Amino acid sequence: MDKMPAWADAVLVPLISILLAAVLSALVILAIGENPVDAFKLMVEGALMRSAGWGYTLYYTTNFIFTGLCVAVAFHAKMFNIGGEGQAMIGGLGVALVCLFIPFPHWSIALLVATLAAGAFGALWALIPAYLQAKRGSHIVITTIMFNFIAAAVLNYVLVNVLRPQGAMDPATAKFPEATQLPTFQDLFATAENPLFRGSPANVTFFLAVLACVAFWFLMWRTKLGYEIRAFGHSESAARYAGISPVRITVVAMLISGGLAGMMALNTTMGEAERLVMNATEGAGFIGIAVALMGRSHPVGIFLAALLFGFLYQGGAELALWTNIPRELITVIQALVILFTGALDNMVRMPLERIFMATRRRNG
Amino acid sequence: MDFATLLQVLDSTVRLATPLLFACLAGLFSERSGVVDIGLEGKMLAAAFASAAVAAVTGSVWLGLLAGIVSATLMSAIHGLASITFRGNQLISGVAINFLASGLTVLIAQSWFGQGGRTPSLIGGGRFTGITLPFAEALSGVPVIGPIYAELISGHSILVYVAFLMVPLSWFILYRTRFGLRLRAVGEAPEAVDTAGVSVIGLRYAAIAICGLLCGLAGAYLATGLQAGFVREMTAGRGYIALAALIFAKWRPWYALWACLLFGLLQAVALRYQNIDLGAFTVPVQVMDALPYILTVIILAGFVGKAIPPRASGEPYLKER
Repeated sequence: MDKMPAWADAVLVPLISILLAAVLSALVILAIGENPVDAFKLMVEGALMRSAGWGYTLYYTTNFIFTGLCVAVAFHAKMFNIGGEGQAMIGGLGVALVCLFIPFPHWSIALLVATLAAGAFGALWALIPAYLQAKRGSHIVITTIMFNFIAAAVLNYVLVNVLRPQGAMDPATAKFPEATQLPTFQDLFATAENPLFRGSPANVTFFLAVLACVAFWFLMWRTKLGYEIRAFGHSESAARYAGISPVRITVVAMLISGGLAGMMALNTTMGEAERLVMNATEGAGFIGIAVALMGRSHPVGIFLAALLFGFLYQGGAELALWTNIPRELITVIQALVILFTGALDNMVRMPLERIFMATRRRNG
Repeated sequence: MDFATLLQVLDSTVRLATPLLFACLAGLFSERSGVVDIGLEGKMLAAAFASAAVAAVTGSVWLGLLAGIVSATLMSAIHGLASITFRGNQLISGVAINFLASGLTVLIAQSWFGQGGRTPSLIGGGRFTGITLPFAEALSGVPVIGPIYAELISGHSILVYVAFLMVPLSWFILYRTRFGLRLRAVGEAPEAVDTAGVSVIGLRYAAIAICGLLCGLAGAYLATGLQAGFVREMTAGRGYIALAALIFAKWRPWYALWACLLFGLLQAVALRYQNIDLGAFTVPVQVMDALPYILTVIILAGFVGKAIPPRASGEPYLKER
């Protein structure tokens, strides 16, 4: 045996990586002349101590669950989908088209149809890179990066030239009709004597995200398709020998991945802005990478990681509001998390493995 | 379009192609050695900030250039540590570097200058100014050739000429020196290089050091030559366009020049004309924005000649025991 116990691999390695990222972030805050302890207190205060803070935290969490799952599906098939951002943009287009042009009687039906539209549009945007990877061997990382930029151009064109209402200045669609507006946590949980989640954007899409986590787990570990995706990710040659078609798995995994990214747009366009704006994704597609890496591509991990990033996002907004620390601090933390849990994984893992080996030799 | 307008567009093409060319050659060295680098964007951004910040504080553009090169090389070192020493995922490391640069530049700019994440505008010695080549004045009266020489070839900042000289230099290093041969070999068959007793790790670190240097020049040109100071996210996807140009050029220096000029031309045209009226239909500006990426996808798909990356690119090298 030359491996660490499974629990150390699943819990200890990411935990140490996050600790390293946290220490470095604290040093960054110190370096720009602020107090990291005060900053952290302020973040907790703003993100977790009030129900409105939770409303924002869970709103961001919803985005990151979807994009985290999106990246994770591709990871399981040993692909790196950097295109979540573009797929979410196009997913938003699907949501906007459905909401604007179909007269819905009730938000629940609208949500159902919009979910299908968002998933379908996002999946379609992932289809071309997937096909090119499977059939022509074009590297999916490069094609999905390119498709992010193409998506931004498409969205820009559609918002400026097609969907912008007459006379409006900013590139955005008209407001969605009343019937498609999703109930927020405030609508659901606030009472007259206890005004919870006041003014915060968290909405029913959060439950959809949790549902997606469960569905993801079921798909990956309880269905034949999930088994095939994971087998393909572990060894392409073994999978092919077992009769699994690489082309089919590549395309299907990327369709699921793109679909999940597209569904993120439900939260931002239908749940929050209630119209499609230019920068609806706000980089959530990229945060999905950090979330999936940190969550070890497992739905429980992804949920927790998304919650952490939701907290960081809301806390970061509070910091920018009350202190001299700009929001970009969160980008730095995000970069450090990606660096330590993704790229420098071996830096943490190698010494840990050595420690475990040493103790095992002493005991055995 | 008259001759003067054409010259203006081509002139701005040269300016816009310069940072792309630096970054593209940076990626060329890195990827030819087997280290995939999607962190070009982040390195350029870091260099742009460092050069503008130091040039603003010291008033010397040369110190700024040095700071830019140092910061981009530091970013390269992180990439090397992750992808060469610790054999991590090179793509993920590149993504991390892009975010690190995007966040740190604004954070430090805000903390140092307090101007909302930008540096003060550079004036006087803080900027690279155009160099008038000899006889530009005298020849400008000569029809056709005169204006081309005076407007298009003369009058750029020194870094533009450096960028164009880098193309034959890179070609020479890669194809006519022992170092270049080994560098290309390590990107194709590192085990063979290792067997020959040459350090794979050493060669790859050398390659990403060159990559850092060139990204530093790219970023410094952006902030001190093309524009006068740093603004947040000022690279605006240029690192990715350079990556696209690299694929377009199929990882070869001379083709990189033409690819960068082509993408520079697209940028210049998009900058000058909002929508292009072709009579029968209008080409919207968004098509011009997206064209470099669309062309790259077509090239990658192998419909117009196949783009095959160096064989060992993206693979960390593990010495056999």
